[in-house]
Amino acid sequence: MDALDVARWQFGIITVYHFLFVPVTIGLSALVAILETSWVRTRDERYLRLTKFFGKLFLINFAIGVVTGIVQEFQFGMNWSDYSRFVGDIFGAPLAIEGLLAFFLESTFIGLWIFGWDRLGPRLHAACIWAVHVGTVLSAYFILAANSWMQHPVGYAYNPRTGRAELHDFAAVMFNKVQLVTFPHTVLAAYMTGAAFMLGVALWLMTHQGTERADRTIYRTAARLSSAVLLVAGLGVAVSGDLQGKVMTEVQPMKMAAAEALYDTEQPASFSILTIGSLDGGKEKFSIKVPRLLSFLATGDVDGKVQGINQLRARYAKTYGRDPGKSYYSAGDYTPVIPVTYWAFRIMIGLGVLAALVAAMALWVTRRGRETVGRWGRWTTRAAIAVPLLGVLGNSFGWIFTEMGRQPWAVFGLLTTAHSVSPGVSTAEVVTSLSVFTLLYGALAVIEIGLILRFVRKGADPFEEPQLRDDTDLDRPLAHAY
Amino acid sequence: MDLTTVWFALIAVLWIGYFTLEGFDFGVGMLLPVLSRDDVERRVMINTIGPVWDGNEVWVLVAGGATFAAFPEWYATLFSGFYLPLLLILAALIVRNLSIEYRGKREEPGWRARWDLAFIVGSLVPALLWGVAFANIVHGVPIDADKNFTGSLLTLLNPYGLLGGVTTLLLFATHGAMFIALKTDGPIRHRARALAVRLGVAAAVVAVVFLVWTQLSRGDLSSAVSFVLAALCLVAGIAAAAWGREGWAFVGTMGTIALAVAGLFLALFPDVMPSTTDAAFSLTTSNASSTPYTLKVMTWVAVVFTPIVLLYESWSYWVFRKRISTEHIPSSALEAADTTAGATGR
Repeated sequence: MDALDVARWQFGIITVYHFLFVPVTIGLSALVAILETSWVRTRDERYLRLTKFFGKLFLINFAIGVVTGIVQEFQFGMNWSDYSRFVGDIFGAPLAIEGLLAFFLESTFIGLWIFGWDRLGPRLHAACIWAVHVGTVLSAYFILAANSWMQHPVGYAYNPRTGRAELHDFAAVMFNKVQLVTFPHTVLAAYMTGAAFMLGVALWLMTHQGTERADRTIYRTAARLSSAVLLVAGLGVAVSGDLQGKVMTEVQPMKMAAAEALYDTEQPASFSILTIGSLDGGKEKFSIKVPRLLSFLATGDVDGKVQGINQLRARYAKTYGRDPGKSYYSAGDYTPVIPVTYWAFRIMIGLGVLAALVAAMALWVTRRGRETVGRWGRWTTRAAIAVPLLGVLGNSFGWIFTEMGRQPWAVFGLLTTAHSVSPGVSTAEVVTSLSVFTLLYGALAVIEIGLILRFVRKGADPFEEPQLRDDTDLDRPLAHAY
Repeated sequence: MDLTTVWFALIAVLWIGYFTLEGFDFGVGMLLPVLSRDDVERRVMINTIGPVWDGNEVWVLVAGGATFAAFPEWYATLFSGFYLPLLLILAALIVRNLSIEYRGKREEPGWRARWDLAFIVGSLVPALLWGVAFANIVHGVPIDADKNFTGSLLTLLNPYGLLGGVTTLLLFATHGAMFIALKTDGPIRHRARALAVRLGVAAAVVAVVFLVWTQLSRGDLSSAVSFVLAALCLVAGIAAAAWGREGWAFVGTMGTIALAVAGLFLALFPDVMPSTTDAAFSLTTSNASSTPYTLKVMTWVAVVFTPIVLLYESWSYWVFRKRISTEHIPSSALEAADTTAGATGR
């Protein structure tokens, strides 16, 4: 492996790892905000207990999202300096704006929320967690605008004198048509993921032997809230994903062909649920196909024509290979790694569907009047353990598909990944940093999961009315301290 | 004024914000084993920065992002060139930040001792390495015609660079001691104030050598004025600490760090990364910058949103303005809001 391969593995590992925590942060901050708002409005004590309980789990998760996010901000310059030089005029702005608008908001208001129980009035305190949530969503918007530009560069001109892409229209970058479908898809998927996390914890506690009968009802509340959010968000993910597929077919047809391993253009095209075979364009051994589904996913028309990999290869080679400044590859190299795109696409969809099914089941077993899950107990426990993973991994496979499907490009049609890597950084240096991050992140995962399980087992603390601190009781202990 | 100059100044402001704020966070971390006598006192120290450290750290993310946006060549050369020191800084920040969040999650002394070690080392390493990095930026490093750094880790560990590292380390330690003296009450407050004076004197000696060296090698009139004012601020800060005026003492070290960093940026200007290979290869505010259009967009965003950020960040400092002492620490970090009388575990 050379520096390029190691740098790619590093980007993949640390970015996928970072994004295990981010969607949970986005989704769970919204759910905790809803719970706290319910407490403020109804003064029903179970909402406060749930706010504090899930708030604690949220913070354990949030901390890792924050620290792994610092690496993200630095690694473009460290491992991908030629990429940074080429795109900095366009790509840097959303990153800087993300920091200014989103990171300050999140970090300041999370501090106020954690430590402010006895300093801020209940409404103001609840507003702080909403501010954190708004910060996470703003953050998603700007970083996705940057990523969407890599999928579909707009609002720029290539300057041959400076050898870089230069920004001409900031609004075009912010409202890129890829961005307008990617943002809802990603944020709704994050709501699914946060809800799946809450649902898993709530279902497990409902069925756990050690949970007191009186407490089961509060977890039932959390289970029903999160199931409803998961189902509604899941519907939104499906709709936005469908829209995204059509935009993708238009701007990156190779990615859609790679999603299906469709080697030759078909009209109408079928979608295979699964295939046994090598996916190299030869005859598959076994395949379950849904007729016309790919035509619909790609074009919105059940009779639509979907371009195949072989035809697109020839077209890409003609478009990008003839220009002497851009002659990077022979035709075959314009194809992503097909088994990865094919399976990542299916696993993403499959995990999302499964999570929605668990949510539907959870709503059924907790339906009116039921405070325990009855004869569904054992299945509920199993589903509880699985459902947070379904949400988290669904996101991972979605991003693996999106990013691997763009290869060999870093910026589609403009800059290849091979030309993006830092020329001055040695293989030894990249191997060092890959090893450091992998070991460190591995250890953090063990610690994080250990803490989460520990606090889940403890369950929600008993109810306690928050009391505002005034100037007469300055010696009272803090409501929260590290 | 040219927008490239504006953005050079804004990036300087972001780094000043970062070092004046996270500087005392690092100081608190470094002094944890020195100033505390037991777990409750350690918790007092950690809780002085508890609500604000995360906001303080965002300054470096925005500084990095703004450099990427306004001077992509600078960002690319610096971050790929200073690869291993940055890797160490990142690893240190990761374990340090998690130590703040996670140490109180379990009661076992072993768990807490390990996170304390992470907090201490994770504060020492960036406090030293940021100084090494900035000294090398100002001094210049080998950069070739393609704007790539051609040195190694050892290139950066030169005497001037290391002196810069020791300077930031001591300044941040002093700043942290001033902060602890300002934000705590009881015995720890007095220990911190006494230590701040002694550390301040040591920091002053090292900082004067470093700043004079900088001034002689790269400085101009403006940097000289900055450095002299920085030195005066430090002397005033130490004197204020010695007289028990903790607020003014903290303002003193705040001013010292701000003026010293400002002086370094003034000495650097109009270069952003001088090349020691050939002055013609140096990165400057003009050859490393983004296009005027990008800078204009960014300027509007900064003009509108920076005041809002400053407003709510200041408000959060106001909310948590009260001193903390051992009696404010709840008996267990695991118990939220234990408001019943007499539950002050000590």
